[in-house]
Order: sequence, then structure tokens, then C-alpha cells
Amino acid sequence: MADSYYDPKDLRKFGKITEWSEELGTKFFDYYGKVFEAGALTAREKSLIALAVSHVVKCPYCIDAYTKDGLQKGITKEEMMEAVHVGAAIESGATLVHGVQMMNKYNKLSM
Amino acid sequence: MATKSLKAQGDELAVSNKQLEILNGGIFADGELPYFKDKIHQIDQFPLRPRKLEILQINVGYMCNQVCEHCHVDAGPDRKEIMTRETMQLCLEVIRNTGAHTLDLTGGAPEMNPDFRWFVEEAAKAGIQDFIVRSNLTIIRANKKYHDLPDFFKKHNVHVVSSMPHWTRGKTDKQRGDGVFDKSIKALQELNERGYGMPGSDLRLDLVYNPSGAYLPGDQGAMEKDFKKALKEDFGIEFHNLFAITNLPIARFLDYLIASENYEDYMYALVEAYNPAAVANVMCRNTISVSWDGWLYDCDFNQMLDLKVASKIKHIKDYNEDILNDRNIIISQHCYGCTAGAGSSCQGTVA
Ligand code: SF4
Ligand code: SF4
Repeated sequence: MADSYYDPKDLRKFGKITEWSEELGTKFFDYYGKVFEAGALTAREKSLIALAVSHVVKCPYCIDAYTKDGLQKGITKEEMMEAVHVGAAIESGATLVHGVQMMNKYNKLSM
Repeated sequence: MATKSLKAQGDELAVSNKQLEILNGGIFADGELPYFKDKIHQIDQFPLRPRKLEILQINVGYMCNQVCEHCHVDAGPDRKEIMTRETMQLCLEVIRNTGAHTLDLTGGAPEMNPDFRWFVEEAAKAGIQDFIVRSNLTIIRANKKYHDLPDFFKKHNVHVVSSMPHWTRGKTDKQRGDGVFDKSIKALQELNERGYGMPGSDLRLDLVYNPSGAYLPGDQGAMEKDFKKALKEDFGIEFHNLFAITNLPIARFLDYLIASENYEDYMYALVEAYNPAAVANVMCRNTISVSWDGWLYDCDFNQMLDLKVASKIKHIKDYNEDILNDRNIIISQHCYGCTAGAGSSCQGTVA
């Protein structure tokens, strides 16, 4: 057993989740594959969104996978970092906007 | 950025046997990853056999003005192997007598061979349909004596195929050396000025893209679109097609993979991307590769691994197409590079 929670080699085994639930696993991968096909958005744009989201959900597997995917698509490191900042801005904005709730509550409870 | 070939550095990987040892042993030894041989057995393609010869690829020497990090030839300014006019004469004879429709001159930087122009002139007379010179572009700007190459190419209607790792300066210079991007752009503009690469022009200019790192190339069509858009918008450059090529784990790319601890992952990635449909069109099936000293190989990669053709005809001086075509192609684990994803050959994807 690996002595840490994340092992980069586990990413290769992602497909195996289907083994314990064939139907749901297959449905997930079909859906996943479809989502990343070029549509109204290009495959390149989707890859950058995925990279930003990977950071927001803090998934090391996805970060590895979409950094590599970006390289394969010719995406530059500047573009990747900008995408990460977009994710970070939304994430911190989402935290900060709850400050309004805090302010409301504070004001309601205060004389 | 290296400035010397592995050979000049005395690196153990400069020896082809050492490379083969790693490829055949290494992570494949534990049985976890399959042998390429077994894979193609499953689809009844073993032994891999050649089809009709279509492409004669001639490597006129390993000397190059660049020392790119991924170079499978381990080329560089310090490499002295160069094809003599005598060997070129033998090649010309074969060009005249063979059924091949494509002649593909490669190196190193083929233009650095002192007899390059003579050879092109003579070979151009032989009635080959597609006459390719693989130019690294910077050679055109490297020295005054090469400045007229675009005119020379045009005069002989040479099909220019040029390497271009990316449409941005940073990525290009990192893989191929400082200043390579600007020189390549200038060279492409000069080729465009002569009519090369322009829409509808017969003067063919194609670019070759191969990843600058331990990952596989993305979709060739999408990459071509991105390259075309960026080069046109930023520099007014036009070209015909982009060939996306997978880096094979040999020579300097193998050295890089091992040094950066990417070897295992890269081999897994190649094996995972194995596409049986690509096997039918791997380039060794319609190509013969000739080395600077006249030996014959199934492909340029086997040449670098010193795996000469498995035929009693092994040298251009004894060339006999019928006997040569009745051979088994020599394969090893590096062949996974030709069958990953949409497959890869000198002409881009194959499946
Ligand atoms: S990749 Fe091409 S340009 Fe670069 S060193 Fe090798 S032969 Fe020369
Ligand atoms: S490396 Fe050479 S022999 Fe192997 S599949 Fe590719 S072209 Fe054929």
C-alpha cells in the first residue's frame, strides 16, 4: 500500500472504477467523453476550464491530467496560469461574497 | 540546453546497444507492460512485412547547426558522419531504378553536406514525384552561404518540410535553442516570399510539430488550425499542412526521459495509446531508410538504433528491391511511438 493518500500512479487506474459498477462507471465515462468533445466550445477551451476547476476542487489527479492535456493541445503556460487565476478569483470571490451574509447577520444581531 | 551530442559527451546512451537494453528491459521486464511484438501478434501482423516501396529516405549526415533536446538522431555541430559523393552516386542509381515516388532527404541538417546541392540537382532529374528536404529552417539564416537556399529549393521544386515546435518563442527556443524561433520565422517568411506554402501554390511547405516534453501530440487537425491562426496573425506566415509527430524514446529524447524521471510514465502513455489501426500504415511498411554510409534500415529510428534490415541485401551498393522487400521488419518497444493514438510517421498521423 502507498503510504500517502495520493499516488500519481493511481491516475492510470481511473478506468478501473467501472469494475465495481459496470453500468454507472460506463455511463460516467460516456458522459465524460461527450462533455470534452468539441462543441459550441473548442476542446482547447474545455481543457482550460477543466484545469481551472481541477484547482478549485483541489484534485491532484485532475491537475496532472489537464496540465498534460493542455500541453498536448499546445496551450501555453501563460494561458494555463490565467485559467488557474480565474478559478482562484471565483473561489475567493465565492468566499468573500458570503461576507455579506456575515455582515447581514452581524447587523441583525447588533443594536 | 545541451550544446553537444550525446556522442561528443561520451554518454552511455550514445551507444545503440545501451538504448536497446533499456527499451527491451526496463519497466517492461516485470511483465506489467506488454511487448510490441505480442500486440501486433494479436492482430496477425507479426512478423511485420513491408508493402510496395514508395519512399526512399536518405540521411545525408548527422551534422546539424542545432542540438535540439529531443533529437532522435543525436545530431549536432560535432557530428562528423557525412554521406560522400560516392555513396550519393549509388543512391542516385537506386533512385533512377526504383519504383519509389517519394525521395525524402534528411539529416542532421541535410543542407550542411557539402555535396547537398549537387545531389539535389542530380536527383531532381530522376523524375521523382515528391522530392522532400527536411530543413530545420534556421540553417537558411545560419550563414551567408545558405541564404539563397529558398531560391535553390524553388528552382528544383523541392518540397520543404520544416520543424516548428510551437507558435510561441518561449516553447520553441526551449526545445531547439535560443534564437531559433526568430530565425525560423524569418526563414518561413522568406520561403513565403518565393511562393512556398501559399494557398494554391505548388511549392509545398509543410511544418512538423513534435511535443517539447514527455507527452504525446494532440489532435493534428486542431494543432494545424492553431498553428495557422497564430503564425498568420502574428507574422503573416502561410504554410500547407502540419504533421504532428510523436517523439520516439531513443537517443536524446530517451536521455531526457530518463533524466527527468518521465521514462516510465511516457512508456505507459505510449502503450495505453496503442492503436491497432495505426499498425497497417507505419512508415517502415513503404519506406527504406539509407544511412550516410549507405547501410539500409527499415526506418530512420532503426537506423539510429543500428538495426540494419533483416535481409541479405544490407547496403545500397547491393540494392535489389525484390530481395529487400521479402524481409521481416525489425521491431522493438520504440515502435509503440509509431502506433500511439492516430499513429505517427514522418508524414504525420497514419490512422
Ligand atoms: S532535431 Fe533536427 S534540427 Fe534538431 S538537432 Fe536533430 S537534426 Fe538538428
Ligand atoms: S519505429 Fe520504425 S520499425 Fe518501428 S514501427 Fe516505427 S517505422 Fe516501423
